[in-house]
Amino acid sequence: MEKIFARSKGLTDVAFSFCPGCTHGTIMRLIAEVLEELEIIEDTIGISPVGCAGFCQNFFSCDFIGAPHGRAQAVGIGVKRALPDRTVFTYQGDGDIAAIGTQHAIHAAARGEKITSIMVNNAIYGMTGGQMAPTTIEGMKTSTSPYGRDNILDGAPMDFPKVIANLEGAVYVASVSVDSPKNIKKAKEAIKKAFKVQQAGLGFALVSVLSTCPTNWGMTPVDSLNWLRENMMPIYEMGELKVTEEVEAL
Amino acid sequence: MEKVLMKGNEIIGEAAIRSGCKLFFGYPITPSTEVVEYLSKHLPPKGGTVLQAEDEIGAINMCYGAACTGSRVLTASSSPGVSLKQEGISYSAAVELPMVIVNVNRCGPGLGGLGPAQSDYFQSVKGGGHGDYRLIVLAPSTAQELYDFTMQGFDLADQYRNPVLILTDGFLGQTMEPVVLKERPEPPKVDRSWVVDGAKGREKRILASYSLTNEIGEDNNLRWEKKYKNIQEKEQQWEEFHTEDAEYLLVSYGTTGRICKSTVLNARKKGIKLGLIRPITLWPYPEKAFIPYKDKVKGIVTVELNTGQMIEDVKLAVECKMPVHLYRRQGGMLPNEHEILDYVEDIFSLTAVEEV
Ligand SMILES: Cc1ncc(C[n+]2csc(CCOP(=O)(O)OP(=O)(O)O)c2C)c(N)n1
Ligand code: SF4
Repeated sequence: MEKIFARSKGLTDVAFSFCPGCTHGTIMRLIAEVLEELEIIEDTIGISPVGCAGFCQNFFSCDFIGAPHGRAQAVGIGVKRALPDRTVFTYQGDGDIAAIGTQHAIHAAARGEKITSIMVNNAIYGMTGGQMAPTTIEGMKTSTSPYGRDNILDGAPMDFPKVIANLEGAVYVASVSVDSPKNIKKAKEAIKKAFKVQQAGLGFALVSVLSTCPTNWGMTPVDSLNWLRENMMPIYEMGELKVTEEVEAL
Repeated sequence: MEKVLMKGNEIIGEAAIRSGCKLFFGYPITPSTEVVEYLSKHLPPKGGTVLQAEDEIGAINMCYGAACTGSRVLTASSSPGVSLKQEGISYSAAVELPMVIVNVNRCGPGLGGLGPAQSDYFQSVKGGGHGDYRLIVLAPSTAQELYDFTMQGFDLADQYRNPVLILTDGFLGQTMEPVVLKERPEPPKVDRSWVVDGAKGREKRILASYSLTNEIGEDNNLRWEKKYKNIQEKEQQWEEFHTEDAEYLLVSYGTTGRICKSTVLNARKKGIKLGLIRPITLWPYPEKAFIPYKDKVKGIVTVELNTGQMIEDVKLAVECKMPVHLYRRQGGMLPNEHEILDYVEDIFSLTAVEEV
């Protein structure tokens, strides 16, 4: 019988340890497929953050470095500057990249560092048990916003890819979702482009992926997908936010 | 061999280049800035990379990434900047990464001042960041030692797979002195089977320090402890000056170690049998230096630029078998050789000794 779907070579055979319905696994699978399709598994060094996202170091079949919380891009830049012909990507939660690690994200983009960053936005701090993130949406209850996020006190949720898109050295910025087969396909295309940008040495590329956290949202996997669609997709600008001419020409 | 007149901080840069260091990540801060400035000018033409990071946190984490690839990498900063680096240094120690970190110590706490100080001794030798780790810490006291120890630092870092800290100060960093640009010593043969550079034709590798299993955590700590013990056994370095017949000892490192030599010579002219132990490795602390003098010497004065930090290690090294006193200046002030001698005479009631 012809095999029409197989585990990507970009993944090890270690089983995902995420909660049921968590889309971290979907996003990792997409990245793994891209690494395989671009034939760069053996040339790639991934940088894992701290957070649920950090478990990715066990799942990808490429080399990996575990960074301190928020520092994945700085670590990745160190690798890329040492080995410019390798592919370097970071896989970071929204808390990691858009709170504690903001300065590295901004300056990686400003300098046009030739690395690829994948931001996983689940509107919450997953690993530490569901605290408010810069991406938590208005009214959303978390353990540190038990009465719901108050935009007056806590500020409005941060649309981080838009911040990055403003910077010259960021040549490709996209915001995607993995809530439906159609969107999963789009997400994979964006991720692939973000790696091709690096291969072509054009500059910094960021793909933000909206993701679920059924455990800390206190929802079933299906309800989580609906909640993401109804509450997150309308407030975060979706699609390709920045594509320079050179990237267009790829 | 080429002899040149250079500023202390520039010498560190030149030594790094000649040690085969290809990458520097840093952020400017007085009195260490000449290191990044010198390398910005001289490293790129030799095929290396210098990156002025967004801050010291970025810089140390870039070093962490570069070191994971097995490349020789350097960062330099001064006290407040080194404080910012501590988390990254702890991670680097945990992943066992060779790298050289320079701290041109300025006085503090807080923003403090630019004058020479030894106020970061505890931070340097007791593990300034979280967790239980050690850095190999070298304390130069002359321009030549800035050069030699930077070179040695890269080799020690490679040999033990451990970060090395060069602890110097603004006085050494800013002073112009002649230095012989010695050839790089034969680099140690080191195992590279841990390096992360792309899993081509081999199993994937992970360099990380996360472990949620306490048993694995303890195994890791035991492994590091074993390495640290081995370093303590093999790498203690110090200089002795007029110690053979000494009745009293000064103990001092770096800039003050150098000043203390004049104090010893002046004391000897007065007939006071004073000697000096100048620690070169601050970690591992040169405990072995004290063994011959433990039961012989009548008293010790440590001379420091802080409220008395190294004195604790001296007391441990001599097992409190004799009085150990402290003479210190702070806030960027340096003692001169006379005030140190006055203190020695005073504290040990030596003023009656006749001039010879
Ligand atoms: C310096 C530091 N501060 C705080 C933490 C605790 N911490 C670990 S993960 C995390 C947040 C994770 O959230 P996110 O980045 O959104 O990733 P997720 O777990 O949702 O994938 C925090 C605050 C830490 N490890 N290090
Ligand atoms: S806590 Fe949330 S982000 Fe973490 S694995 Fe579970 S569902 Fe996913």
